[in-house]
Amino acid sequence: MSLARGRPVAPEHQPDTFTFTKAKLEEAERIMARYPKGRTASAVLPLLDLAQRQAGWLPIAAMDTVADMLAMPRIRVYEVATFYTMFNLEPVGSYLVQVCTTTPCMLRDSDAVVEACRDRLGIDFDETTPDGLFTLKEVECLGACVNAPMVQINDDYYEDLDAGSMVAVLDALSRGETPQAGPQGGRHASEPHSGPRTLTGGD
Amino acid sequence: MAETVSITVDGVEIEVDRRLSLLQACELAGAEVPRFCFHDRLSIAGNCRMCLVEVAKAPKPVASCAQSLMDGMVVSTRSAVARKAQRSAMEFLLINHPLDCPICDQGGECDLQDQAMGYGAGISRYGEQKRSVQEKNFGPLIKTSMTRCIHCTRCIRFLDEVAGVPALGATGRGESMEITNYIEQGIASELSGNIIDLCPVGALTSGPYAFVARPWELVTTESVDVMDATGSNVRVDSRGREVLRVLPRLHEDINEEWISDKTRFAIDGLVRRRLDQPWVRGREGLGEASWEQALGAVCRRLENREATLVAAIAGDLVDCETLFAMKRLMAAMGSPHMDCRQDGMAADPAARASWLLNSTIAGIEDADACLLIGALPRREAAIVNARLRKRWLAGGFSVASVGPADDHSYPVTELGNIVDTLRRIEAGESPFPGATKPLVVAGKGALARNDGDAVLGAAARIADVLGAVQGDWNGFGVLNVAASRVGALDLGFVPAAGGLDTAGILAGAGSAVDTVFLLGADEIDTSNLGDAFIIYIGHHGDRGAAAADVILPAAAWTEKDATYVNLEGRPQRAQRAVFPPGEAREDWRILRALSGHLGIPLPFDDLDSLRQEMTGEVPHLGAIDTIMPAPWRSFGSTREMMDGPFVPAVGNFYRTCTISRASPTMSLATDAFLPGVLQSASCS
Repeated sequence: MSLARGRPVAPEHQPDTFTFTKAKLEEAERIMARYPKGRTASAVLPLLDLAQRQAGWLPIAAMDTVADMLAMPRIRVYEVATFYTMFNLEPVGSYLVQVCTTTPCMLRDSDAVVEACRDRLGIDFDETTPDGLFTLKEVECLGACVNAPMVQINDDYYEDLDAGSMVAVLDALSRGETPQAGPQGGRHASEPHSGPRTLTGGD
Repeated sequence: MAETVSITVDGVEIEVDRRLSLLQACELAGAEVPRFCFHDRLSIAGNCRMCLVEVAKAPKPVASCAQSLMDGMVVSTRSAVARKAQRSAMEFLLINHPLDCPICDQGGECDLQDQAMGYGAGISRYGEQKRSVQEKNFGPLIKTSMTRCIHCTRCIRFLDEVAGVPALGATGRGESMEITNYIEQGIASELSGNIIDLCPVGALTSGPYAFVARPWELVTTESVDVMDATGSNVRVDSRGREVLRVLPRLHEDINEEWISDKTRFAIDGLVRRRLDQPWVRGREGLGEASWEQALGAVCRRLENREATLVAAIAGDLVDCETLFAMKRLMAAMGSPHMDCRQDGMAADPAARASWLLNSTIAGIEDADACLLIGALPRREAAIVNARLRKRWLAGGFSVASVGPADDHSYPVTELGNIVDTLRRIEAGESPFPGATKPLVVAGKGALARNDGDAVLGAAARIADVLGAVQGDWNGFGVLNVAASRVGALDLGFVPAAGGLDTAGILAGAGSAVDTVFLLGADEIDTSNLGDAFIIYIGHHGDRGAAAADVILPAAAWTEKDATYVNLEGRPQRAQRAVFPPGEAREDWRILRALSGHLGIPLPFDDLDSLRQEMTGEVPHLGAIDTIMPAPWRSFGSTREMMDGPFVPAVGNFYRTCTISRASPTMSLATDAFLPGVLQSASCS
């Protein structure tokens, strides 16, 4: 849970300006065109997402830019951005590691995954490594319970984790590699651990 | 569909307008329904859940504020189910509300306190940690204690809807939801103080009034405001000799239940820089004097002096009684030189329609278009601006402006600050073709120029061209900014035959006139008065007093029973809440005493006989709270207008008169919200 829900992070962390890149701006205009004239405020979520993908998080300047583009009061954008926990209102590392600790993951020993992250990265929840590479967050259920325990790193799910595979994923990321997303235990998707049992016949 | 529906509330059957909410219908039936988030003049939120009532055949209690009416509804506001629902809602609200009433400024006038008494359980079953919320910076006028907030969102909705300054919102969600402006800036709205009244708990309280008094210590006096020409109805709360706060009083046709921040917060200027005894200028400058000495000094100056050498200028806060007494005194002395227009704002003394907002404030809601000419209503008459915004929100209303661009809080087509635009409109180029009830509102910025009479004439002709005056609709209006102005013009406090106006008096000071009465006139350039003998009658030590040779200390608006006429032409009475400080006296008594000393006693010894004389001369001043419509006729001049842009009449909203200039709170507000405004630009 971000710390910056009630008020923005300190001004020294806030960039003075935010400008969409040309490609992002074109994408934003495509999105805004979906809505009737005078109703473009409906595009606030996708535009905030675009801004976050560009900056990594949502500084005030980015929210203001979105508000001005959509002709809506700035506070209305702050309300939306603070409501959804997937918007980062403070700077995060290149890799945002979101560890699920809700019941199914917890029963499958997400505690070991959390410990592995803490040990490997040397940080606690809501902290960022000094090299700016990793931010660790604890989150509620991400809907991948059949592959528990799991973490989300940026847009990818890493599933069927244990301490070892968790560290392996983090090691690969810190080497600049992109580890294979999905189940880390070798099984395909969420099929049974002992291999397929139904629809196996040829007839 | 029928306009009305028949419902039964607590056994009482009534017919009500079907557009009402169930809560309003219950009230009409005489039932009392507790509520926090619901407010008549704001949109419906339905989030406090305090107004739950039982509706027959409904599966569960219904939030009555958000329930529309259906014919044959049977409602109970006091049944066991309803009571239990209300008690439970209250219990939830109190879970996170601190029990700090003894140190809370809302204590004693708190909706939550009252309703917890009336509808709560009496005990708490909650033993866990209460939530606490960081304070917010809402600027110098509003103090926050956000831990007390119950998330009714009235403040958010007020700023969104009425003020048109969407500064507040609810960030986060669930337990971490907070009412905030998020970025730490004050609320830059001239109506922001109203959220203090709207807050049903002690989360938003008055900054300057913090820890000053408890409501039961205060004496309430019903009065009218003089900080602008709107004539907002207010109640003045005082304790002993000091006015401690001003709150709005309901008047549907003027201010509804809002007042501007200047009205609300400038009152601390009433106890600062006050003139509390007479002063007479001697060889070593101004020296303290007794009333006898001061009046004697004035008499010595006036005795055997040619009456035409004496002039009088009235300021912006002067009441009708004083103006009438002064006018009578001038007539008795035989001097024609008097003017109530310090700013030189044009008006045709023979045509009352040339200085009124003829449409009336409530009448704005009937209009379908509005042309502003050199008027910035948000700064000059914030309450009128709120009405314009209300009309705009209702739809089908377009506003255009010839004058300085401004953020009006509603969309305005800026036609440019070019006089030529007015000529084109006059020639038939209508900014809103098809409008049937347009308003044409000329402001001080347009009329207080050297060619003000020409602009006034053009504005009147434009009103005719646009069809703003037809049948019983008169959409022509002047947006006065001085509380005294309309009353003074109604009384004819203008140059008599052969008399000089303000500009003439200032130009002729030292030669054509050598003795000048200043009735609270502080917004003129006193250096122009040269070595004329200045008699200042007023309540604050401002520019006028600094230039004076004799100072006669008078009463401020909270210290006298007085008549003021607002910009619609509505006479209203201010009432004395406290006594004037020290030796200061009511203005008209000073003039009466002076007339006695001069041997030309005015024919009234008390306020009643003065008012009788006054209403004998100007009958409508006695018709309190009634607007006498002004007949339409041509006025103003047909001479050519000068080119050159209109300038804003009010540079600094917060500091426009002697009282607001003496107010520390208004200084703080200026620093917080208008950091770019030069202090010296604050008057005129």
